[in-house]
Formats: sequence, C-alpha cells, structure tokens
Amino acid sequence: MADLSFLDSSDFALPSYFSPKEDLNPDFSETLSFPTPQDLVAKGTAEAKKLHQFAKGTTTLGFVFQGGIIIAVDARATMGSFIGSNKVKKVIEINDYLLGTMAGGAADCFYWETNLARVCRMYELKNGERISVGGAAKILCDMVGQYRGYGLSMGTMIAGWDHKGPGLYMVDDDGIRLKGDLFSVGSGSVYAYGVLDSHYRFDMSLDEAVQLGRRAIYHAGHRDAMSGGVVRVYHVHQNGWTNVIVAEDINLIHDIHEEEKGMKNLDDQVTFKH
Amino acid sequence: MSKFNPYNDNGGTVVAVAVGSRVVIGGDTRISNGYNILSRNYNKVTQLTSTNFIATSGQVTDAQTLHKLLLAKVALYKHQHGHEPSLKALSKLLCVTLYSRRFFPYYTFNLLCGIDDDGQGKVFGYDAIGSFDELKYGAQGSGQQLSISILDNQMKGTNRNDDYSFNGDPVGLVKDVFNAIAERDIYTGDHVLIWDVSPQGINQSAFNLRSD
Repeated sequence: MADLSFLDSSDFALPSYFSPKEDLNPDFSETLSFPTPQDLVAKGTAEAKKLHQFAKGTTTLGFVFQGGIIIAVDARATMGSFIGSNKVKKVIEINDYLLGTMAGGAADCFYWETNLARVCRMYELKNGERISVGGAAKILCDMVGQYRGYGLSMGTMIAGWDHKGPGLYMVDDDGIRLKGDLFSVGSGSVYAYGVLDSHYRFDMSLDEAVQLGRRAIYHAGHRDAMSGGVVRVYHVHQNGWTNVIVAEDINLIHDIHEEEKGMKNLDDQVTFKH
Repeated sequence: MSKFNPYNDNGGTVVAVAVGSRVVIGGDTRISNGYNILSRNYNKVTQLTSTNFIATSGQVTDAQTLHKLLLAKVALYKHQHGHEPSLKALSKLLCVTLYSRRFFPYYTFNLLCGIDDDGQGKVFGYDAIGSFDELKYGAQGSGQQLSISILDNQMKGTNRNDDYSFNGDPVGLVKDVFNAIAERDIYTGDHVLIWDVSPQGINQSAFNLRSD
C-alpha cells in the first residue's frame, strides 16, 4: 500500500496563500529578479529582513525640475550572483504620457504596470479624458495592495504630466504611495542619492538634468554589484516623454570619467610585486 | 514525516541563436533525477506554429503541461483569428500564462524562438514567472552559466581585442556550445536535437554527446 500520508499534510494543502516562497525549494526562489527581502526572510533569519531591506538589486531614479521630470535607470538583472542580462528595459512605457520604472521582481513590475496601462486606457475611454498621474499611481497601489503578504516584489516610480503639471509618485509592494520631487529605488539607490543630493537644483537646464541622472546611475552601477550594464534616461514633459539616452554603457562612461580625471590607463601602470 | 515538495529539477540545457532571418534551437535529450538518469531520449522543444518553437528546461512535468497548454491556446488563436499567432503575440501569451501561476509557479525556464512577422529570427528568454526579454541568443538550464560566456564571446565579441563580428555557422556554434557544456555539466549529455529554422523551412538534425 503506497504511503499516502503526504495527502494529510496541511502544509501542502495550502500552497498558494501564505508566504509561498518559503515552502519552495530555496534554490528555486532565484527567479530572474532582483533579490528581495522575501528571499532572505525565507532563509529563516529574522535579522536578515532589517539588514537587507535595500536588496532590490537595481538602481532607478527620478526627479522633478523646471523642465519636467528626468527618469534614469540601470539595466542589470541578476539571478542570485549570475548576471541574467545587462540590457533589461527597466522603464515601462505605460502610454504616451506615463512612464513606470522597474525595481524588484521583473515579472511583477512588468505584469502590473502593463495591466495599469490597460486600466488607464479604459479610464480614458469611459471618462473622455486622460487619467491623472496620481490616479494612475493609486490604481497601481491598490492593485498590488490586494496581494499584500503574498510575496509580490515591486518598487516603482510613476512619472507623468497631467493637468497639474509634472507628477512623480513612488509606489511599493508594501503599500507605500508617495508624491515627491526626488526618488531613487533599488540596491544602488544609496549611491545615486549621494550624487543627486549633491547637485540637484530645481532650476537646472534640461542638459544639466540629463547629465545628473546619467552620472548618478553611473556611480551606482560602478559601486553596486547588483547594478550596471547601460544607462537609460527619459525626459517627461508637457507633450509626453522622450527617450533621451537609449543605452549608454556604464563602462564607457567610466573611461570618460577616468580621462577627465587624468587617470586613464592607470591600471596598465600597476606592477605586481612578487 | 517530511513535507511533500512539489518541485524537482530534471536538469538539461536549451540554447538558441538568432542570426538574420534564421534561428537555430538546440536542446539536449537527457532527463535526470538527482544522480539518476531517467531518459536519454527526451525532447525538450515543442513546435507551436510553422515558424515558432518553445524550448524549456527545468521540471519536466511542468514543461509538458506548459507546452500542452500553449498548443491549446495556439489552436484557439488560429480558430478565432484565422491565422497563426506571430512570435510577438506568443511572447506575451507565454508571459501571462507563466504569471497566471505567480503563486505556484511552473518550474520552467523557457526560450521562445522563431521568425517574427518582420522576417527576423528572434529569441525570447523567460524566467519562471514570466519576465521576458528579446535576445539575439539565449541559454537556459543547468548548463546556462557554462555556455553563456562562450555565446557572449562568439556572438557579441566580448573579451576579445580584435575587431570581431559573428559570421560563422550558427548550427556549428550551437554544437560547440553543447560539447563544452557536456564536458562540465553532469546533467547535460546523451544527444542534442537541433532545429535550424529559416523562411526556407525547418532543418532538424541530431548529434551525439557524451553519455557519461
């Protein structure tokens, strides 16, 4: 008689509800995503949660200035310590006047922001006017809020231009929805904030603003192992959005900076002592 | 009494390379369970339309179910639209199919490949819950880490000092890659089934790998 006692296991009878990731083979939790606090919590250490709250392996940033909004992102996706891709598109073009950034679980961000695009379009059709940025951010926040505790991982910024002018909101899987002028999300955000806070002014020119966003992502990509690849920069303005920098290699930016500092080929001059 | 674990990795590797209007797909034929080999003749690639294929590594049961489900969805699409779905349409379909199981995922790592409506060969790589990206080449499975650096070097010219672009035979490249994987990955071996897909037709071939 086969051993069917596993059917009695109440643990398996509840696969889909509470912290499903904890029940799974731990190696499997390394889907193509940016490592999340949940991955570490699943490994059973209570301290890890606090220590690694930042661990959404990526760098995204957005800020409002006189010319609109600049959104800048890196392009690296990691599966554990393996680099899945250095060319991921972390800005989702929701529609002609709304952008969303991606940090955390790639599939979660893509799915819910694409779903947001669908809902925003329905709003336009039903109401005869575009949805506001705050409204779109609220819809996204409420959509993922229904799955609170299920293990979704999404840290996104919604940027757009509506009747109130430029609007930048940060929306999180924890249920955060914050309006602000400057945000950075991801494991590299600490580095980006350092650069941003040092040079940010509301009255920057467009060129200065683009260069600031590009530089902040470069520094984060350089110092954060989970960030890197290429820099992508978008400008949100009254007529929608423009992809200002499609893909600029972070390593090449590093070379440019080295040259500026007169430190080019320094590595070649290093000699190794035996 | 230990808890039932629904997941199991059956090993194996799939590789796909897109060059111009052509895409070459390869999958090894070994299925493993721990240190045991369950089959040396298992096909990991399914043809979804006349030009589009899905190649899957991971758990065989989830892969089989996923492939069956996609074939049913493609059949439904053909009835409703009167023509086959494009590769772009299939890419979104696979994404939402995988995400529909967000909280009890298919343990599958997929490569969706074929020729799109614009006549270009394309490869889409997926994670287990549906995140995808269009690629020029991809590898999934136990041999992914071993093979992706070779593919980066040959297809993109990384870690070289010369001016380089790939102008060789993609089928030959896929064979070399599998030989390299089989040397160092215990879960990849036995045989490789290769599909060479181009607008002129599909050329299927097989070649042997190490059986140890």
